[in-house]
Amino acid sequence: MAAVAAGVVRGPWRQVSALVKRRFHRSAPAALQLTVREAINQGMDEELERDEKVFLLGEEVAQYDGAYKVSRGLWKKYGDKRIIDTPISEMGFAGIAVGAAMAGLRPICEFMTFNFSMQAIDQVINSAAKTYYMSAGLQPVPIVFRGPNGASAGVAAQHSQCFAAWYGHCPGLKVVSPWNSEDAKGLIKSAIRDDNPVVMLENELMYGVAFELPTEAQSKDFLIPIGKAKIERQGTHITVVSHSRPVGHCLEAAAVLSKEGIECEVINMRTIRPMDMEAIEASVMKTNHLVTVEGGWPQFGVGAEICARIMEGPAFNFLDAPAVRVTGADVPMPYAKILEDNSIPQVKDIIFAIKKTLNV
Amino acid sequence: MRKMLASLVSHVFSGVNQKPAMRGLLASLNFSNDTTCDITKCDLYRLEEGPPTSTVLTREEALKYYRAMQVIRRMELKADQMYKQKFIRGFCHLCDGQEACSVGLEAGIRPSDHIITSYRAHGLCYTRGLPVRSILAELTGRRGGCAKGKGGSMHMYAKNFYGGNGIVGAQVPLGAGVAFACTYLGNTEICLTVYGDGAANQGQVAEAYNLSALWKLPCSLSSERIATTQWARLSREQQPNTDYHKRGNFIPGRKANGMDILCVREATKFAAHYCRSGKGPILLELQTYRYHGHSKSDPGISYRTREEVQSMRSKSDPIMLLQERRRNSNRSNVEEWKEIDADGKKEIEEAAQFATTDPEPALEELANYSCTTKKK
Repeated sequence: MAAVAAGVVRGPWRQVSALVKRRFHRSAPAALQLTVREAINQGMDEELERDEKVFLLGEEVAQYDGAYKVSRGLWKKYGDKRIIDTPISEMGFAGIAVGAAMAGLRPICEFMTFNFSMQAIDQVINSAAKTYYMSAGLQPVPIVFRGPNGASAGVAAQHSQCFAAWYGHCPGLKVVSPWNSEDAKGLIKSAIRDDNPVVMLENELMYGVAFELPTEAQSKDFLIPIGKAKIERQGTHITVVSHSRPVGHCLEAAAVLSKEGIECEVINMRTIRPMDMEAIEASVMKTNHLVTVEGGWPQFGVGAEICARIMEGPAFNFLDAPAVRVTGADVPMPYAKILEDNSIPQVKDIIFAIKKTLNV
Repeated sequence: MRKMLASLVSHVFSGVNQKPAMRGLLASLNFSNDTTCDITKCDLYRLEEGPPTSTVLTREEALKYYRAMQVIRRMELKADQMYKQKFIRGFCHLCDGQEACSVGLEAGIRPSDHIITSYRAHGLCYTRGLPVRSILAELTGRRGGCAKGKGGSMHMYAKNFYGGNGIVGAQVPLGAGVAFACTYLGNTEICLTVYGDGAANQGQVAEAYNLSALWKLPCSLSSERIATTQWARLSREQQPNTDYHKRGNFIPGRKANGMDILCVREATKFAAHYCRSGKGPILLELQTYRYHGHSKSDPGISYRTREEVQSMRSKSDPIMLLQERRRNSNRSNVEEWKEIDADGKKEIEEAAQFATTDPEPALEELANYSCTTKKK
């Protein structure tokens, strides 16, 4: 009888104590691995769902699921009205996208690569970027131009140019350049919600790379503010600033150098325009050394702009050595693998530049 | 019975120079103030039927169109004068001579419809609702300008009016995009996309034709044919096909007399109806004429003769043609015209006064409107 009574009490007590224990038992959420492609896809999907005025147009974005499959599944979900295949007609469809944005819609205009955006660059700059200013605020243009930018693999000169410096040059445009999945998702969502024309420079070689997506990035309201860089790795000896795929190379270089006792602070710019100079300056004032790394050509490039601004600001007096730029080679991209590999910054080039700056 | 008689009378006498003796008879038969007017038939391309060949012009409409055209004429002439006085700098592309186009296009659509045009935009800026003073003050670069001095002659915007575009032909895909938005949003609005002879050769225009036809966009592509492109004669440009209304290939089109406001109005109404019915884009070629050169650097007589310009002024002036229609049916009241003239003159003078005395924008405003901080 007592045993039964004990059982009656013990059972529920066990449950209660288990409940009490459960409250203090933290289980880590399942780590979500997401490729950059999937991250952009998710970001667009969430924004298409959130706002009916958002739509996507470009070559092969609908029925083919995207030339690089970035828009996979979207046409099946949203249909012809919101996911639109265009003919090979960049100036025409970019102009239509800008006109639609002027009339109140929120287009995502995909360029199959940004090399083809040159066909339409007048619409991007003269019709989209400048209009808010020319109209003294009467006519906003809430459009996103996105697509892969920069070097790919073996696609040769006409398909490998980096446009960060070209678009970053223009007032009226915002220009973002994601590196990993978190960047890609947060930035595409911010870009779509932004009332300004935003150019998002993706990277084809990064599309298939998976990254762990932090919990907060899994939320439908996760946004990365445009204009804010991220310190990917804290360091004390040198600031290494980069954007897009080279950020990964910088982190690799930092890992190698760490074994030699050199601690690099790696900054992922995330935004080209408006550039987060505050973050870069604060870092340089801490480390006293600067190396910039980009895939684009050296002349009038992103690194050139960073160096100029460092000289103009408070961080200049903290430099113990001239800043050094690591950039793509100043040639149209060659085809042969050995030549191509040596036309873009490699980890060894970054290590070399860091050591040179530190005089080690 | 009365109405029948009135319309019979006006039909008999409209478009014909009546003898003075008849005017007395007509005055006594003046039952209504409407005029039924014949319109030149449009050349059609891929269309079974075109705009009507006659229409009614009410007294109110006549006065409204007259006033609008006079204001535009005076405004352009005033801009010409102010440019010579160096109050206006840079580019100034005048549209005097083409008033029937801007006023007629506007008369053929609704205020909720959309218009986009080239840099020769002052006339449409006015018909789209921008006051003359804000247009002239924008030309002189003052803070009271419609773009606060940021835009200038080629970049003026208003509700449902997307400028004023500096790049030849760029407005055509933009206009198709506005039409796209109309379809997307499910309203019955259309977009009039206006361009000139020169733009017709731009590749992006062909792209816009293709895309508008593919997606059946409610876009009325209206080319103002002035037989010159910038500083050159049309024939010198060596375009194999100068029939702009046929250049859309699979897109239907028609050619209308751009100096006759009623012709423009009816052709535009027809186009608007066509677009609203979901049939897709349509081309409208308006044969018109600009009295001034391409811009202020162009005297306009190196590629055409003074005699040609003078002949157009005396035989085909749009304002004169409108007045003639009313006079020929004895519907015109000289006093009314004079009152409108005086009123218009006063409006322009006041606007010019404002445009030359209003202060320039404050330097602190230089960086304003580079980006908007609004977010969805």
